[in-house]
Amino acid sequence: MDEHKDYTGSKLGMWLFLLSEILLFGGLFILYSMYRYKHPVDFHLAAWELSRPLGTLNTLILLTSSLTMAFSIASLRRGDYRISKLFIIATIFLGFLFLGIKTIEWGAKIEHGIYPNSPRLLGRSKGEILFFGLYYSMTGLHALHILVGLLVLSIMFFLMIRGRINKDHCVPLENSGLYWHLVDIVWIFLFPLFYLIT
Amino acid sequence: MASTGETESVRARISFYEDQGQYRGIFSWILTTDHKRIGLLYFVSVITFFFSGVVLGFFMRLEMVAPGGTIMGPQTYNSLFTLHGIIMIFLVVIPAIPTIFGNFFLPIQIGARDVAFPRINLLSWWLYIAGAITVMVSVFTGGGPPDTGWTFYAPYSLRTTVNVPMAVFGVFILGFSSILTGINFVTSTHMLRAPGMTWKRLPLFVWSIYSTSWVQILATPVIGITMVLIFLERFFGVGVFDPAKGGDPILYQHLFWIYSHPATYIMILPAMGIVSDVVPVFARKKIFGYMAIAISGVAIAAVGSLVWGHHMFVSGQSDFADILFSLLTFLVAIPSAIKVFNWIATLHKGSIVLEPPLFFCLAFIFLFSIGGLTGLIQGALAPNLHLHDTYWIPGHFHYIIFGGMGFGLFAAFHYWFPKMFGRMYHRKTAKLAWLILLVGFNIFYFSMLLLGWEGMPRRYYDYLPQFRTLHLTATFGSWILIAGLIIMFANLFRGLLKGEKAEDNPWGGATLEWQIPSPPPTENFEEIPTVEKGPYDFK
Repeated sequence: MDEHKDYTGSKLGMWLFLLSEILLFGGLFILYSMYRYKHPVDFHLAAWELSRPLGTLNTLILLTSSLTMAFSIASLRRGDYRISKLFIIATIFLGFLFLGIKTIEWGAKIEHGIYPNSPRLLGRSKGEILFFGLYYSMTGLHALHILVGLLVLSIMFFLMIRGRINKDHCVPLENSGLYWHLVDIVWIFLFPLFYLIT
Repeated sequence: MASTGETESVRARISFYEDQGQYRGIFSWILTTDHKRIGLLYFVSVITFFFSGVVLGFFMRLEMVAPGGTIMGPQTYNSLFTLHGIIMIFLVVIPAIPTIFGNFFLPIQIGARDVAFPRINLLSWWLYIAGAITVMVSVFTGGGPPDTGWTFYAPYSLRTTVNVPMAVFGVFILGFSSILTGINFVTSTHMLRAPGMTWKRLPLFVWSIYSTSWVQILATPVIGITMVLIFLERFFGVGVFDPAKGGDPILYQHLFWIYSHPATYIMILPAMGIVSDVVPVFARKKIFGYMAIAISGVAIAAVGSLVWGHHMFVSGQSDFADILFSLLTFLVAIPSAIKVFNWIATLHKGSIVLEPPLFFCLAFIFLFSIGGLTGLIQGALAPNLHLHDTYWIPGHFHYIIFGGMGFGLFAAFHYWFPKMFGRMYHRKTAKLAWLILLVGFNIFYFSMLLLGWEGMPRRYYDYLPQFRTLHLTATFGSWILIAGLIIMFANLFRGLLKGEKAEDNPWGGATLEWQIPSPPPTENFEEIPTVEKGPYDFK
């Protein structure tokens, strides 16, 4: 069979996949809004306990990583492979940084005995149990997406080293970029919902 | 329909069976990226699971042949109806037509050499098998087979000691497979249509797979996340569905049905596409109301996504929600009825050729109409209170799923069999099997409707003596139905091994798949055809 590459088709497929990702998180956002509506005061109190400085820092890190991702694609399109690879490494680094800070945040909470099914959490009001249940589920699922993104970006890096991605065939990196931006956008919604609205 | 170049030179090319590609033996199948081979992989897998589901159903019916425990206890019965549901819904009914016939024929019908993403297509099959194996393993490990019903309703699914987490994880993987298949078909339909294949010249089967794929992409993620939450709940106790921790089980039901109601349209729409393709061929007449059928499919997909609450009329959701969902449910009947009337109008004054595929389509129209009309009865609020959770409900949805989707699938078997395998089955035996299936089906499931009307609750392994006659009749009907299935598949299998060679176009179809050799060559078309006529112009 002849080698066949369809730029628009690959893009369309990726966007459809992203649509399904939005709906995957959508289910959780529905739960969040319903439970927030039922327990406004509990959600308010629980949100105070999350660290806003760390959340803000992570937001900045993730936004910057989206920028480096975009730079990487732009350099690839220009045929500037060295710069493109450097920006991928920067993106991967920022992704790990995000996960590191996330781990510190989770670790601190777990150390205080606040984790799903913990005796201390079960002793608190139902709204707070739900808030932290959703907090761990949603940020956990998001972190899993970051991990997948890091894996995909590493593969892209090696494909670029071997010349399988180049300025005439940049769709894999562009699609990885779209995925990375989606993960970023999900965080843009998670951050205010859990940290800022109190 | 198209100029496929010199017929002789096409015939000289070898079929996709002989062209194994770069692998040999079994690997030429399980590592293939050819859409036809992947379609046949699904063909074998789906039929295997179908018969597993039938065997489970057979034993359920056998248990119900007389009051009291006949051949099993309540726990075994609970597992049986759960597994019957999981296998039939997630492994057979949802994937069957899109993955077997969508894979095999969608690219050919739009004039393409393959789907848009052949490797992702293979990945879908592997995920399907992985999901199926996960579900199967859940039966034999960790506390025993699931007993929650295929709906996994919280909070019971959170409390029961049996192996629910593994089963829901299997369903999650299957959902992934379903989404990737949907993405593949939508992209293929947009990008790979041959020159001249305008949207108004697409065969209605392609239209139906296209609408179905959108539902698969948009609805499946919601059940994905719901299953993940059950999983998290079981292992970490996050509490989002657990009333003891403030969670709301009704929200579980909402999330579950946001997918699972549209899923019933994933089941029925492709079968409707098959009927729309088959009826005009055997009426020798252009389809009546082409655009009405195409658009009503999209309308069913759209409105059908907004009716999930009609599964929850007695759950305690608000009266306003009840009324709204009931109204929307009635609205779905309109596009469904448009299709039925269009098929009847196509048959009207046609020169009808009574071949097996048409027989199955006629059965589809008859059974689907009963299923649809019973659906309206339970979609109304007052009767629903009486009928909810009775045998009426499985009676109704078997009329839709088995009578509709199942007979549509059988129609597809008999319609495309000569094209897929290059051989013909015994037509008289096929008609006999059809008759036996139809009789057995109605004895079986009409008894279920009557049982439900009289108040027999579903999912019970035992019943009061007053239901005895109807249960006996239903069990008797199930035996006839299974006999029909055995005859039909034996006939197809015999045709596969010893049937006479089929012509390229035995039915006189006008769509593209009938313009190429049977079985098709690897790349379908020697050169991509230019389409100059509609799919139902038989001149």
